[in-house]
Amino acid sequence: MIVVVAEQQAGKVNRASWETIAAAQQLGPSTSLGAGPSTSLGAGDVVVLVPGGSVASAAAELAGAQVKEVVTVEHAALDPYTPDGFTAALQDAIAQLSPDLVLLPHTYQTRDFAPKLAARLDRAIVTDVTAIKSAGGGLRFVRPMFQGKLTADVVPQGPAPHFATFQIGAFRADQAARGSSPARVRALTVSVDPGAIRQKPDAPFQQAKQAVDLSQAERIVSVGRGIKEQANIRVAEELARAIGAEIAASRPICDAGWLPMERQVGSSGQTVAPKLYLALGISGAIQHLVGMKGSSTIVAINKDPDAPIFEVADYGVVGDLFEIVPAMIEAVKG
Amino acid sequence: MKIAVCIKQVPTREWQPRIDESKTWIREADASYEMNEPDAYALEEALRLKETHGGEVVVCSAGPARVAQVIREALARGADRAIHVEDDRLASADAFVTAAALAGAMKGESFDLVLTGLQSDDQGFAQVGVILAEKLGLPHATIIMEVQVQPGSLRVKRELEGGWFQWVTMPLPAVLTIQSGINQLRYATLKGIMAAKKKEIRKAAAPADASGKQKIVALYTPEKAKKTQIIGGSPTEAAKELVRKLRDEARVL
Repeated sequence: MIVVVAEQQAGKVNRASWETIAAAQQLGPSTSLGAGPSTSLGAGDVVVLVPGGSVASAAAELAGAQVKEVVTVEHAALDPYTPDGFTAALQDAIAQLSPDLVLLPHTYQTRDFAPKLAARLDRAIVTDVTAIKSAGGGLRFVRPMFQGKLTADVVPQGPAPHFATFQIGAFRADQAARGSSPARVRALTVSVDPGAIRQKPDAPFQQAKQAVDLSQAERIVSVGRGIKEQANIRVAEELARAIGAEIAASRPICDAGWLPMERQVGSSGQTVAPKLYLALGISGAIQHLVGMKGSSTIVAINKDPDAPIFEVADYGVVGDLFEIVPAMIEAVKG
Repeated sequence: MKIAVCIKQVPTREWQPRIDESKTWIREADASYEMNEPDAYALEEALRLKETHGGEVVVCSAGPARVAQVIREALARGADRAIHVEDDRLASADAFVTAAALAGAMKGESFDLVLTGLQSDDQGFAQVGVILAEKLGLPHATIIMEVQVQPGSLRVKRELEGGWFQWVTMPLPAVLTIQSGINQLRYATLKGIMAAKKKEIRKAAAPADASGKQKIVALYTPEKAKKTQIIGGSPTEAAKELVRKLRDEARVL
């Protein structure tokens, strides 16, 4: 049995959960997981687990997926989310379900508790997976390494269940198969000791009202470490003005205070999908790529021909952005 | 406050990866190394906490002999002493092995706070801090952008996705994984570099079993997701041709 741990906030299912369901569905029929510990369900059956304080509406939404069943894990101690609470609840749920594989979206919440859960159970966890290969009866999980410059095929070791977390955008939510009738929804009772939860979270908040909504921009000129110093951002701003684009940046530029945080594109900033995304001196760390790879046309200008940004670019120029950008401004105006 | 900072030595960002004969790991001898960037921010945060609250900052690193370079650097920036779990097998270890090596070496130290970067620039598991917390039996929080120490407890600002944050309170001792950009890094001074030479580096043994829970069976250059048109020529020619293509071919200008 393959368990997908879905993520929800206030009854709303995180889109990345649907991506993980798509991954699980692809895995289900195509692989023989061997004689796993599960008995009542087949090795390739997909079960969606929804932990939280009150998850009925999320479960109803997830029951639309073509899966064996949706299992709710409700407990007052799971709202708000804490790593201690989720680890305790899921440890209990996994003991009851005995899955072969536990799949999760590689969200910040997953990153916060999944390694703890795997360590508690002393089981393997492969993070940030982008694809799955089945080879010789076993599974290989594909993941980036060395800032995306290399890719590794990884085989989890030791007894089941094995945990895997999927990179945001690696699978498509709209490719998750929907069932002809809703899947069965079943409640699982777990024990969580509220007194053993050590983290006391406050309500989430947004730092500042986002004045700039980059998600609506038609064109974006974005700068990365290759811009070298704050004074050089002027060059990028001039190009942005010439082509009617918003200016944006990768995280290190905003960390340094060279552009405001609200102009950051990536997993911790905004997700954008403009007609044109022009990446200047951006190497293309995965945290950045997840925020912009849905753009229609991507242009990369970078002095490093091996920079991962070229893997998602439609057009690339290998060279010095300080020579190419002024020439572009000339060409646009001329 | 007695603060531990876990630091990893990773290949530099500029390094062009080369794969070894086994096709499952890099050619380590060809790489140049530096301090993992998020760990550098964790170190800076520890030094700032010590400046406010007093105490001691202890650098902990698990890796082969070459790791001494980043340990010296951390001591030069102001850490008081170091623990080096030295073993060649730790160079390519998974997060379970690294966390076990660090946890073993940290036993008996009774740290009030353990900091590390949120993930490493090499294997990028984003697991070590969280697994370490579980092994030490301590509460944790990840992707932290601000740390406030209160008597016996900790209030931290945890980064969520898409520009959202959350304050979390938890008892001490605790483990935090630190996000890049939490502070402005300091550099080592000449005085710091001189002082570092006299600081203690305690060697600790790695766990006997370093086999880990995941095995890399193939390592390779990524397959391209898209067919990229690389535009050549002089900067002026390339710029002209790019603008023409964006106008006429992609129709986005």
